[in-house]
Amino acid sequence: MTAFLDALFGHAFLQQALAAGVLASIACGIVGSYVVVKRIGYLAGGVAHTVLGGMGIAYFLGKSPIGGALIAALLAALIIGWVSLRFRQHEDTIIGALWAVGMAIGILFISRTPGYNVDLMSYLFGNILMVPRDDLLLMAGLDGVIIALVWTFRKQFLAVCFDEEFARLRGVPTEVFYLGLLLMVALTVVILIQVVGLVLVIALLTLPAAIASQYARSLAAMMLTATLLGIAFTGAGLALSYEPDLPAGATIILLAGAVYLFSAAGRGLYLRFGGRRMQAAPGNKDA
Amino acid sequence: MKPAIELKNVSFAYDIGPPALEHVSLAVEEGEFLGLVGPNGGGKSTLLKLVLGLLKPSSGEVRVAGGTAQAARRMIGYMPQYARYVRDFPISVEETVLLGRLGTTRLMGGYGVADREVAHRAMGETEVLDLRQRPLGTLSGGQVQRVLVARALACEPRILILDEPTANIDMRAETDIFDLFKLLNQRMTIVVVSHDIGFISRYVTRVACLNRTLLCHQPAPIGPDVIERLYGMPVQRIPHGDACETEAKS
Repeated sequence: MTAFLDALFGHAFLQQALAAGVLASIACGIVGSYVVVKRIGYLAGGVAHTVLGGMGIAYFLGKSPIGGALIAALLAALIIGWVSLRFRQHEDTIIGALWAVGMAIGILFISRTPGYNVDLMSYLFGNILMVPRDDLLLMAGLDGVIIALVWTFRKQFLAVCFDEEFARLRGVPTEVFYLGLLLMVALTVVILIQVVGLVLVIALLTLPAAIASQYARSLAAMMLTATLLGIAFTGAGLALSYEPDLPAGATIILLAGAVYLFSAAGRGLYLRFGGRRMQAAPGNKDA
Repeated sequence: MKPAIELKNVSFAYDIGPPALEHVSLAVEEGEFLGLVGPNGGGKSTLLKLVLGLLKPSSGEVRVAGGTAQAARRMIGYMPQYARYVRDFPISVEETVLLGRLGTTRLMGGYGVADREVAHRAMGETEVLDLRQRPLGTLSGGQVQRVLVARALACEPRILILDEPTANIDMRAETDIFDLFKLLNQRMTIVVVSHDIGFISRYVTRVACLNRTLLCHQPAPIGPDVIERLYGMPVQRIPHGDACETEAKS
């Protein structure tokens, strides 16, 4: 650990990695909270994996993969949102198909790109240690967009997540905000690709928010808690993986997963044994 | 004066299956307290969705406050049968009630002072003001129903539409909540869906019986002949103290 701290002060790349972790945690704390309370983890997974298609095409055309990822993510969010709104009955199947087709397109285009680029592995599994300075700026910009959207329309997003039918009756264009939610998921996926890669995006998107949901009493508190947890996980994961030279993304996810399991188990035990009095309180009998 | 709600020869069928409603004509006058009863699958919820403008009739016409159902949405306070929310959703009672201000409050940012005043008044009326900081997930069934009524009242409605408001609560809470509706009826039109004809006939000014078609709409109480037609089978009347309740036996 001291070696990590020494290195942190000595090396700009570690400071940048830490900054990337913080920027990613902000997005996944806010958007992940919506994903968890709205229960759209599967949709988010569909968006994330469809992104590989866009990155593959960008690679093939010799363009920036992160630009390709951004376009593909926004497109995937709109398509998956449209599918989810129009074909609710077959939503699972269609999203599963898009998920696989997106990845297949990506793999196909990459195989046709002259000279297999090792860089692509870092997009599949992330490499927080190699986030370029420009990408940090992009991540900060996307964070800014997400925060501005959520701040401005927090009432509507809450209403759409909590009770869509009631929101519609109150004149809220629920489909617009639902698609907006998925577009923010798409932006978050692009941010997270840098840190943990495509394959592990869903974990960092949902685990901090899921832990926070066990304690938070409001959506705002949940977002704040999830953001702080995300910062703790990325920071600690970075430190833990540094000396043994473990893959940072995987270490971060394992840490988050372990804390989630402990938290869920601890809460389960508390409710079973410690919380009995509260559950038996009068007035809660017909809950 | 125009009726609060008017259905003219309305029919409706979902994509799959037989028609849910056929040739329903019904006018609810301003200030009425209408009980809508009928068996499960009889089209009660479908009728409400038509009035709320969530569904469009296959034929016929739905008018609310003289305009289309969609245009009149803002005048309606609605309380759904099953609250659709996830039980452990991180939201307080006050935040839930404030959602009733959507469509009236400003588009961007948070709620205004006026919105909070309306929400507080609504919570006061339904006696949940003391619970306003509590997470919704920690409340009892009866308390949640009162919060959802407060949310409907926060819309400052002229018409209150309640779909099985007492489906998940015990008898005493049911009586309390209908006493509240009776009070609210002094200033707004109320339509309440129920399967418990005997119970609601003590409160409502008129009962409409719906089983795909409108079988009757007359002042309470309802005779056994109508109930037999409604449920399509003989029914057994069970006297309950001063009120005479009727139950369908299946």
